[in-house]
Amino acid sequence: MRYLPLTDTDRGEMLAKVGAANIDDLFVDVPEEARLKGPIEGLPLHASEMAVEKHMRRLSKKNLAAADAAFFLGAGAYRHHVPASVDHIIQRGEFLTAYTPYQPEIAQGTLQMLFEFQTQVARLYGCAVANASMYDGSTACWEAVAMASRIARGKRKKVVLSGALHPHYAEVVKTMAKFTDDEIASAKPAIQAKPDNAGLIARIDENTSCVVVQYPDILGRIPDLAEIAEAAHEKGALLIAVNTEPVALGAIKSPGELGADIVVGEGQALGVGLQFGGPHLGLFAVRDEKHVRQMPGRLCGETVDAEGKRGFVLTLSTREQHIRREKATSNICTNSGLCALAFNVHMTLLGEKGLRRLAAENHRLACLTADRLAKVPGVTILNDTFFNEFTIRLGTDARQVVRDLADNGVLAGVSLGRLYPQVEEFADSLLVAVTETTSEEDIETLASALEEKLA
Amino acid sequence: MNAPNKSGWKPEMNPAEDGMHNGPATVTGNRALMLEEPLLFEIGHAETTGVDLPEPPADAPNRLGGFDRAEPIGLVGLTEPETVRHYTRLSRQNYAIDLGLFPLGSCTMKHNPRLNEKVARMPGFADVHPLQPQSTIRGALEVINELAHWLIELTGMEGVAMSPKAGAHGELCGILCIRAALEARGDARKVVLVPESAHGTNPATAAFAGYEVEDIPATEDGRVDLAALKERLGPDVAAVMITNPNTCGLFERDMKAISDAVHEAGGFVYCDGANFNAIVGKVRPGDLGVDAMHINLHKTFSTPHGGGGPGSGPVVLSEALCPYGPLPFTARMKDGSVQLVEEENAAEFGHTDAFGRMTAFHGQMGMFTRALTYILSHGADGLKQVAEDAVLNANYVLRSLEDILHAPYAASGPCMHEALFGDKGFENGLSTLDLAKGMIDEGYHPMTVYFPLVVHGAMLVEPTETESKAALDEFIAAFRNVAERAKGGDEALKQAPYYAPRRRLDETQAARKPVLAWSDPNMA
Repeated sequence: MRYLPLTDTDRGEMLAKVGAANIDDLFVDVPEEARLKGPIEGLPLHASEMAVEKHMRRLSKKNLAAADAAFFLGAGAYRHHVPASVDHIIQRGEFLTAYTPYQPEIAQGTLQMLFEFQTQVARLYGCAVANASMYDGSTACWEAVAMASRIARGKRKKVVLSGALHPHYAEVVKTMAKFTDDEIASAKPAIQAKPDNAGLIARIDENTSCVVVQYPDILGRIPDLAEIAEAAHEKGALLIAVNTEPVALGAIKSPGELGADIVVGEGQALGVGLQFGGPHLGLFAVRDEKHVRQMPGRLCGETVDAEGKRGFVLTLSTREQHIRREKATSNICTNSGLCALAFNVHMTLLGEKGLRRLAAENHRLACLTADRLAKVPGVTILNDTFFNEFTIRLGTDARQVVRDLADNGVLAGVSLGRLYPQVEEFADSLLVAVTETTSEEDIETLASALEEKLA
Repeated sequence: MNAPNKSGWKPEMNPAEDGMHNGPATVTGNRALMLEEPLLFEIGHAETTGVDLPEPPADAPNRLGGFDRAEPIGLVGLTEPETVRHYTRLSRQNYAIDLGLFPLGSCTMKHNPRLNEKVARMPGFADVHPLQPQSTIRGALEVINELAHWLIELTGMEGVAMSPKAGAHGELCGILCIRAALEARGDARKVVLVPESAHGTNPATAAFAGYEVEDIPATEDGRVDLAALKERLGPDVAAVMITNPNTCGLFERDMKAISDAVHEAGGFVYCDGANFNAIVGKVRPGDLGVDAMHINLHKTFSTPHGGGGPGSGPVVLSEALCPYGPLPFTARMKDGSVQLVEEENAAEFGHTDAFGRMTAFHGQMGMFTRALTYILSHGADGLKQVAEDAVLNANYVLRSLEDILHAPYAASGPCMHEALFGDKGFENGLSTLDLAKGMIDEGYHPMTVYFPLVVHGAMLVEPTETESKAALDEFIAAFRNVAERAKGGDEALKQAPYYAPRRRLDETQAARKPVLAWSDPNMA
């Protein structure tokens, strides 16, 4: 009970003050038959810090950490080196244990950070305004679709999803759309070197509220967003660009620059870490300021205090659930504040120069990996273009190859069979991601393991 | 008098003297340990970086397909010492639970044990990819399953959906389960009833899930009006969303009767579990007829709020709703191992009616490890003590202040984990906001203000179980003093806070002329 400061003497004095004979008198409104008489059976009693730590460490050791393997997984979550000062700063109690900055006079630290974060994200995405973060990329993707529907005021119902959108993201959109008027038009993904822009553009019509395109896409290819943006705008639809690897935007053109109207994505790659899938960091931005009031989520804005000093507040809250209730732009209440801080700090350490170098190093190592794997008998590289992730074909069930290599401490990538269990022609494909944490030794380990396996 | 720093940023003039800060103006704008900090963009440079990375070789291969980013992105960097200093200075402008009592009602700001942080950073949890082969994530799946087991046992429910990313996301999950269950029986009900005292997310959630929302009034003693509810129930009502304990800090005495009536009318009961910390180990919502309830792990189980998140909102489900829970989830096998159930193997587990997927990957693992650590530290006996101490502390605050502040429901009996006051009797146009800002000068984060909406000028105080009696006594003394000033019409309160890093901020200007990103004044 080391977290509970009341002593039994305190409890006695306090019960006397509130006029209760015992603690159960304070639970008088709970019907007698519903009250538990003692601790719930079947659950352990309290444990010391040492005992709990030991138990959790034992569970932790049952997992193979990325650092202990030759590691090539991506598909929406990327392993990058996080500078030590990032974790140091997010563990400062004044950030870690603060709440949503509802009282701005004593929350300027969080608020100024969010303002800086919004600026960084907007610039990275080539957009005018970014919000102060959301749960993750996949939910941000759905929120973007919902926002496009709001802008279309229900007059356009068709949501065109690229076949090369992360299948989990597509699933989230489809799940949520079951409960709205949106009609989801998604294409079957296809294994080919170039993204199928023509096929995608052919599906856009006058009833389309938005087109959702991943950039780079799930197979690692870099689609020509400008071409899609032009086609979408011609039909009066919005282009939503989805980015799962923000480091890529240190090397390739921003979605905003290419004409995307709403840009969403996953910020996990910068500062946050893998974390077995969460918490991650949803990024959300709009190219044109006129759409700001339709955006979901928190926004931090600059203002002045009573003495004219610059300060920051949460703003435009008239879009939010605590004021508009059922008319709110979304039901989102929390943001991903601490993850936004991690992103903000990591991005600050990198700066323009560092991000560009980081991106270049990722791309260099990915090219090196692709060239080495191309030499493995039985392996074909699918992509014409890529940043730090590409698809290879193995000519055999990639799921089994991944499982077998894992037994030897090689985490070879994400098999497309895992992501698309129902698409038979994907079964032999493997998505390989490379970052600055990948050593040339790791590349050789993967190549040799594949050589042995496919021989 | 203002000294430009290296970027040309000029600190603000020292504020006009107000009689409280009788000292000379400083050149820097700082006041000893009260340090002003410019924006990152005002002190950083495009050429500065705090990370050692190689310069790309001139002949580096390029497979970007001609999409190379040519123009500057517009980012700036700082070296490592500058970065640490920038954020450390910023951190000092924040109030936090580590600094003192944080009495935000309904938000539950309790001590965040550092063991939780240590555990969450173990490489086997932090440095693991969600799509690794199952043979390499046995421990992670066990964590999820062990936490799921606790949540089911503590709530008396049948199953739990672990993937929702936050409380409001969990609400959506629960309502979608209900909708899926109704649709499965061909029942197209259109209305969700939400009592006035519900969280604002509740009606927004119901609307987001495609439902019409109707309010249910509260009784004079701050609870759901059972008669009005029964009157409204009918074949068009899909669900009732109830917060219990409710946002007035009161237990819904009629919960079982409400559930029975809703079930009889063919609907489902959604319970907002944001306030589960008041009853954990004391009452099981499943025993009261609840069909779905999200649990804000950050509230009840102490995962840090981090300036607004991340949260985590697992949803416990009744037997009727379990078949519709979203993918993915974990299942314990006969051999004791834990399996991950996703799209590819859901059919093998007979889970064919799932309403879909709510998020990529498996939910908030980093929050699961922290919450499980907290739960194991307390154990079944400690969690019961948690609820008891939280409730005792709240009642102590209520009874210590009810003579000075209007406490609208004090007469109806004990409160649960939070104490509710109103602004009745404030003089000279002083408001709840003024009292809140006065509390800032006393060194406290203010209580929740203007919520719930059912009480005029509401002030909702939640001390939580991790406050000592001495801490409460000091808080009560400060609160009493500021309340006396509000009731006595002390005009000075209207200008508070005086001692915070900023005086009152102009929120109207921020909304009228939104400035949401930094732009270089030299470029304008």
